[in-house]
Amino acid sequence: MGEGKKKVRRKASRREKKDWVAGYVFIAPVTIGLLIFYVFPFIQNFWFSFNDVNKFNMATFCGISNYQRLFQEPDLMLAMKNTLLYAVVTVPIGLALSLLVASLLNSKIKGTSFYRTIYFLPSVTMSVAVALVWKLIFHGDFGILNTVLGIFGIEGQSWLTNPHTALFCVMIVAIWGSVGYNMIILLAGMQGISRSYYEAAAIDGAGPVKQFFKITIPLLSPTIFFVMITGLIGAFQVFDSIYMMVDPVTNPAFNKVKTMNVLFYQNAFMYGEKGYAAAISIFMFAVIMIITVIQLVGQKKWVNYD
Amino acid sequence: MKKTSTRNHLLIHILLIAGIAVTVFPFLWMVFTSFKTLPESMQIPPSILPEHWQFDSYKYVLEILPFGKVYINTIVVTIITVLVQVAFCTMAAYGFARIDFPFKNAIFMILLSILMVPGQIFLIPQYLIIQNLGLINTLPGLFLPNLFSAFGTFLLRQFFMSLPKELEEAALLDGCNRFQIFGKIMLPLVQPGIVALVIFTAKFAWNDFMWPLIVNTDPAKMTLAPALSTLKGQYATNYPAQMAGAVMAVIPMIVLFFIFQKQFIEGVAQSGIKG
Repeated sequence: MGEGKKKVRRKASRREKKDWVAGYVFIAPVTIGLLIFYVFPFIQNFWFSFNDVNKFNMATFCGISNYQRLFQEPDLMLAMKNTLLYAVVTVPIGLALSLLVASLLNSKIKGTSFYRTIYFLPSVTMSVAVALVWKLIFHGDFGILNTVLGIFGIEGQSWLTNPHTALFCVMIVAIWGSVGYNMIILLAGMQGISRSYYEAAAIDGAGPVKQFFKITIPLLSPTIFFVMITGLIGAFQVFDSIYMMVDPVTNPAFNKVKTMNVLFYQNAFMYGEKGYAAAISIFMFAVIMIITVIQLVGQKKWVNYD
Repeated sequence: MKKTSTRNHLLIHILLIAGIAVTVFPFLWMVFTSFKTLPESMQIPPSILPEHWQFDSYKYVLEILPFGKVYINTIVVTIITVLVQVAFCTMAAYGFARIDFPFKNAIFMILLSILMVPGQIFLIPQYLIIQNLGLINTLPGLFLPNLFSAFGTFLLRQFFMSLPKELEEAALLDGCNRFQIFGKIMLPLVQPGIVALVIFTAKFAWNDFMWPLIVNTDPAKMTLAPALSTLKGQYATNYPAQMAGAVMAVIPMIVLFFIFQKQFIEGVAQSGIKG
């Protein structure tokens, strides 16, 4: 009997070892690929930020001089300000509109799937194509926006070449592009909330607005938090729409609407300053980390996971 | 009671339709402008519908850009990225979710940490790898780093984790090996997750801009997004041509979306729930 047990255990451990091999085989392609293209580059990028990388990609150690240069960079404050402004405007407004549309769609009306489909359309559309058409809509001379504003007696202007308005145009496009996507995520969360809460609240005489703030928002808070975090990280990486709508070469407003990612791109791939650009990317990473940590600490006050 | 609810529904429909108008307008404007003549596109005030619908801008774009090549490049890059990435991610997700082996959690945590790092961090070294491999201005240069995805692995792992343990234990006792279990039992069960990842990856590969802009400058080796961006430089004032290019670039994804809209929307909804 004892013999038999031992045998079984040895067999099991052989099976286990076979399982180990199988496990490594399953994870090998992704693990090796991610190590080569992501984990190792992460380390190399960090190393580059302490190096002067010349046009032939030869790196010479230069200590913290890239970082010193970064903190004297006249565009750093501007790019930080623009990036934060972009995040602070697009994330909350986008979230509020997504919540509004999601809760409208969560009511018992007809045609919800039609609405969902149409609202989702911008999120499957190429950002470059989207930027081109909005550029035309915002055009100072023959843009349709100015024509519409003219009907209401508002004097139009060249929105995208004016440094005070260009970034806001890009933000409008960003909000337009994100509402449908976030709405789908929020709607899925809302549909997971049991109807009985609302029925009980209705019996107690709570109207739809009160129900929204007292039931929907608290119970949806993990999803809202998810949408906020992903939105913030996305906002920090904005590039396509700025590069496309505010032309780096021909538009004088470009230098005023630079964001962190644009600053990174210029230095890394236009000026060939790869060491300096690496320092910019590390700085961005640090800022995103700090904001995420603040969010994670702050969420304890308003996100509930039960 | 009945009356107020009808009135509320009407109000909801009005609000939603207003939102639809804002959502759809840029698409309509893109299409309308693409069929206008150049002078009509610059007319003040602009006309809404083209006076004469004409295809000249489409022909023009096909002449000034190697659009056929760019189209094929984009299709090839998208298909390879989707097939390879999804296959690799599914395998790895199964390994991480269902098999025990030494250092599993450590490896998984390292890979997961990639998700917390903004993409720019990797770009310079990735560019140097592609350059050292001599793959600048080639299609493999476009898709190589995107064949591996920490996000996809994480997403599918969540799907595998939600399956009951008994499923594979019975099969293991029956003498099936891991690869048979993976292919015959597990794969069909995580199909919704795979569909979601296929959609995410296809959308990303088709629309990606920054990476192709960096690695490929040869117009014949570009994908649609960077090719389209060259129109705004050289043909800055030819809006009908830009819009014609834009229409051609976005149509395949929109058609795919209308065919697979249920899967698209469920995939996104799942990413919020599982993520």
